[in-house]
Amino acid sequence: MSKRIIDQNAEPLIFELSDQTRQSSSLAPKTGSEQKNPLASHLQRKSTLDLPQVGELQVLRHYTRLSQKNFSIDTHFYPLGSCTMKYNPRVCNTLAQLPGFSTRHPMAHSSMSQGIMSCLFDLQTILKEATGMQQVSLTPMAGAQGEFAGVAMIRAYHDHNQDTLRSEIIVPDAAHGTNPATAVMCGYTVKEIPTNDQGDIDIQALEKIIGPQTAGIMLTNPSTLGVFERDIKHIAKLIHQAGGLLYYDGANLNAILGKVKPGDMGFDVIHMNLHKTFSTPHGGGGPGAGPIGVSKRLQPFIPIPIVAHNEQGYYWLSEDDLPLSIGRLSAWMGNVGILLRAYIYALLLGRDGMERVADYATLNANYLFKRLVAADFEMAFPKRRASHEFILTLRKEAKSYGTSAMDFAKRLLDYGYHAPTTYFPLLVPECFLIEPTETESMADLDAFIETLIKIKTEAKDSPDLLKEAPFELPVRRLDDVKAARELDLNFYHQE
Amino acid sequence: MPYIPHTSNDLVQMLRTIGVDSIEDLFDEIPKDLRSKLQNIPLGQSEMAVQQQLFAKSLQDGTPLCFAGGGAYEHYIPAALWEIATRGEFYSAYTPYQAEASQGTLQVIYEYQSMIASLTAMDVSNASLYDGASGLAEAVLMAVRANRKAKSKRILMPESVSPVYRQVVETIVKNQGITLELVPYNQRTGTIQVEQLDAQLSKPDDAFAALIIPQPNYFGSLEEVHQLTDWAHRHKALVIAQVNPISLALLEAPGNWGEHGADIAVGEAQALGIPLSSGGPYIGFLACKQKLVRQLPGRIVGRTVDLEGKTGFTLTLQAREQHIRRSKATSNICTNQGLMATAVTLYLAFLGRDGLQKVATTCALNTQTLMHLLEQNSDLSFPFGQGVFHEFVIQLPVSIDKVLSYLAQEDIVGGIDVSPRKSSTEQKNWLLICVTETKTEEELQFFADTLRSICQQISREESS
Repeated sequence: MSKRIIDQNAEPLIFELSDQTRQSSSLAPKTGSEQKNPLASHLQRKSTLDLPQVGELQVLRHYTRLSQKNFSIDTHFYPLGSCTMKYNPRVCNTLAQLPGFSTRHPMAHSSMSQGIMSCLFDLQTILKEATGMQQVSLTPMAGAQGEFAGVAMIRAYHDHNQDTLRSEIIVPDAAHGTNPATAVMCGYTVKEIPTNDQGDIDIQALEKIIGPQTAGIMLTNPSTLGVFERDIKHIAKLIHQAGGLLYYDGANLNAILGKVKPGDMGFDVIHMNLHKTFSTPHGGGGPGAGPIGVSKRLQPFIPIPIVAHNEQGYYWLSEDDLPLSIGRLSAWMGNVGILLRAYIYALLLGRDGMERVADYATLNANYLFKRLVAADFEMAFPKRRASHEFILTLRKEAKSYGTSAMDFAKRLLDYGYHAPTTYFPLLVPECFLIEPTETESMADLDAFIETLIKIKTEAKDSPDLLKEAPFELPVRRLDDVKAARELDLNFYHQE
Repeated sequence: MPYIPHTSNDLVQMLRTIGVDSIEDLFDEIPKDLRSKLQNIPLGQSEMAVQQQLFAKSLQDGTPLCFAGGGAYEHYIPAALWEIATRGEFYSAYTPYQAEASQGTLQVIYEYQSMIASLTAMDVSNASLYDGASGLAEAVLMAVRANRKAKSKRILMPESVSPVYRQVVETIVKNQGITLELVPYNQRTGTIQVEQLDAQLSKPDDAFAALIIPQPNYFGSLEEVHQLTDWAHRHKALVIAQVNPISLALLEAPGNWGEHGADIAVGEAQALGIPLSSGGPYIGFLACKQKLVRQLPGRIVGRTVDLEGKTGFTLTLQAREQHIRRSKATSNICTNQGLMATAVTLYLAFLGRDGLQKVATTCALNTQTLMHLLEQNSDLSFPFGQGVFHEFVIQLPVSIDKVLSYLAQEDIVGGIDVSPRKSSTEQKNWLLICVTETKTEEELQFFADTLRSICQQISREESS
């Protein structure tokens, strides 16, 4: 029997704290309490409205306690490959919440919007400089929407040139899942190309599938395999010669900030994940921001609105200025509050700080890489230089001890580390994609290495510690099969 | 060095461990001729210097009295809300792929899904989408996938849906062969009519996948949702309800529209605790009937048990999603609006059913108060009558551009120009005004008086 008097981890649902006879607090307006529904009676709500009735302190405690069940950058190291979980400076949040910014209506008159528009204009310029592109649009609300905008522009370009037989987008087998999903949303079919044993694209395979049907290629560089694509110039030449365009997935921009620009590699369109490279918060899964940058040939197709500037001040470019634009992606102008956080971060770093981002992100990754090799961990591409991340494969351990990469991941949670990305990219068996970022100290990296070594010993001596992990978290391993088979998605509606 | 904790001694040791002389050596795989330095970006600054600049910029735009809505609404936000939402454990957490280390976020999303489903009277909700406009696009794609019977990629899109929403839907769905067929609104009521819909079909059994019904619509007017829903269902089409969540405290929920209820409910949830912030980040909600759950795009959280039988929460139905299905996924969407969903959940928990009803009722009453004040100004007219929730259209006697600009000089955001783009003389100078619970009687009187004097002033200027 448990010696605990209270299970510290149990937290009921907010609905279970509710009493429908409780009246609302000072948070609601005083007027309107005894008033009848003033709207047309046949359109009035007649169905019951189930929402919790809970006191303010009890609500506050409930969500504070729930927050404590999370791992987060503020509390834990997050070596999550491809996600760039670096410190989100607090000042970015504080300043983005200033009343002048947070209370501005998106349709406020331009004479009352010059402050925010100047910030957005400057951010457009900074991102253009950082990526070597001709123009930037800030409107895409996440990386996946930036990808959508990019491929939609590729399509608009070919359609505009009446080059309508181009039906295929080429995607490496190791690409993010959003790449092929995006190509399909834009009406293309997807052609996958393999990677060679050094992590570079298989050029011969690429040459075979390029043709007049090729609309473009989607690449990440450094790639999702954690290495720099060395043949990028040759690939760009092949694609351009065939009349296709190159799309750059900016997920790994942190690795090359201030070192090499996607525009110089030959890319025609890119998206940036500001919630990665420019350190805006991940927020438990969004909001993100996925601005796009374009080369000269895609400029007419860029999504609106865009901030422009003349003697009178800042103003919005709309469909009248850009008649070939692919159009709007959000009701207003994207996730302005997030863009503002990225802008503040960029001002703090400056160009000198940005170069150090890539320096130290790469230093930290290569340090981890070397020390883990020394500790007899197997790397997917041992002969290559790591970029800001690298892939470790636990296939030997899986074979010898029967412990999977997922088991290692779950055991890491017990030691207070968020697990690295597991089972991505799909082509490396039992893999971890590890990205430390520049904001972790050497001491923290050392402690992480020691923990991995310890878990490896546990895998050998007592593999059940891994297979049954985690033990120390609010819940043990969860039944995903039950979750999918017996769907329980809504407290008020049980199947 | 901003946010880089390494000492010079650390650097020496780390380089030695790696076996290189300098950090520069770590970039030796990048072709030399591709390398370049950053230019034209200012040098880094101290936090204090940046704060001083941003203070100045935020003061430049002021904090005007706001009567604009049109999809972005000013409501009071409880002080505790963002204090909790920006706790580092919520603010700086990742997407909850590692469920055991993310029970906080996951339980919050489960609560969010339950609250959205309850508000809309739907069975299930997803974990959120980017915003209301892109959410409507996802609802359209979902309806086309789901309505296999209709075998149609045609969607009936009323012109009483926000024009920017229509543009966003067009941008997102046009490459998939989907056609958005516009349905004109009645010039007297500003709403769509069944007779118009009948006329839209070239023959009675003309197939279409779905009808979109906005409630309240872009002009603030209330659509005859029961009649419209039954009409669409008679034609074997699905109904997509585009609704304002605050209004659902007073207006019938989509799940109970007509005989069988709408099939999909979608909308912008910014009104529930999220600041206006120039248009984003906001949050799209998307809920549906149980039978459509496998067509829902985006993240979904389910309740389950751990290996000791204890309740826990996890992402589920992931086989729909891009990271598993890749090119066969329901959408390319990856992230949701996690932090915004947290804020919405907190808002509804703090306000409760009773509080939400008070907010909605106060919005409606304040709106009626302002309409009465404006009625006394004989220069103004109401093109669509007055059956509204918290927004309405007035026709101004003078140039709307001038009115909005003069109001701005008085530190007032007067509303939104909703005159149709190719407007005839009757359809000029339409101003969409929104009044929420945040306005006092004095402010409403001040606005009515200021609008009157500005219109008179412009009229004098125009005649002289």
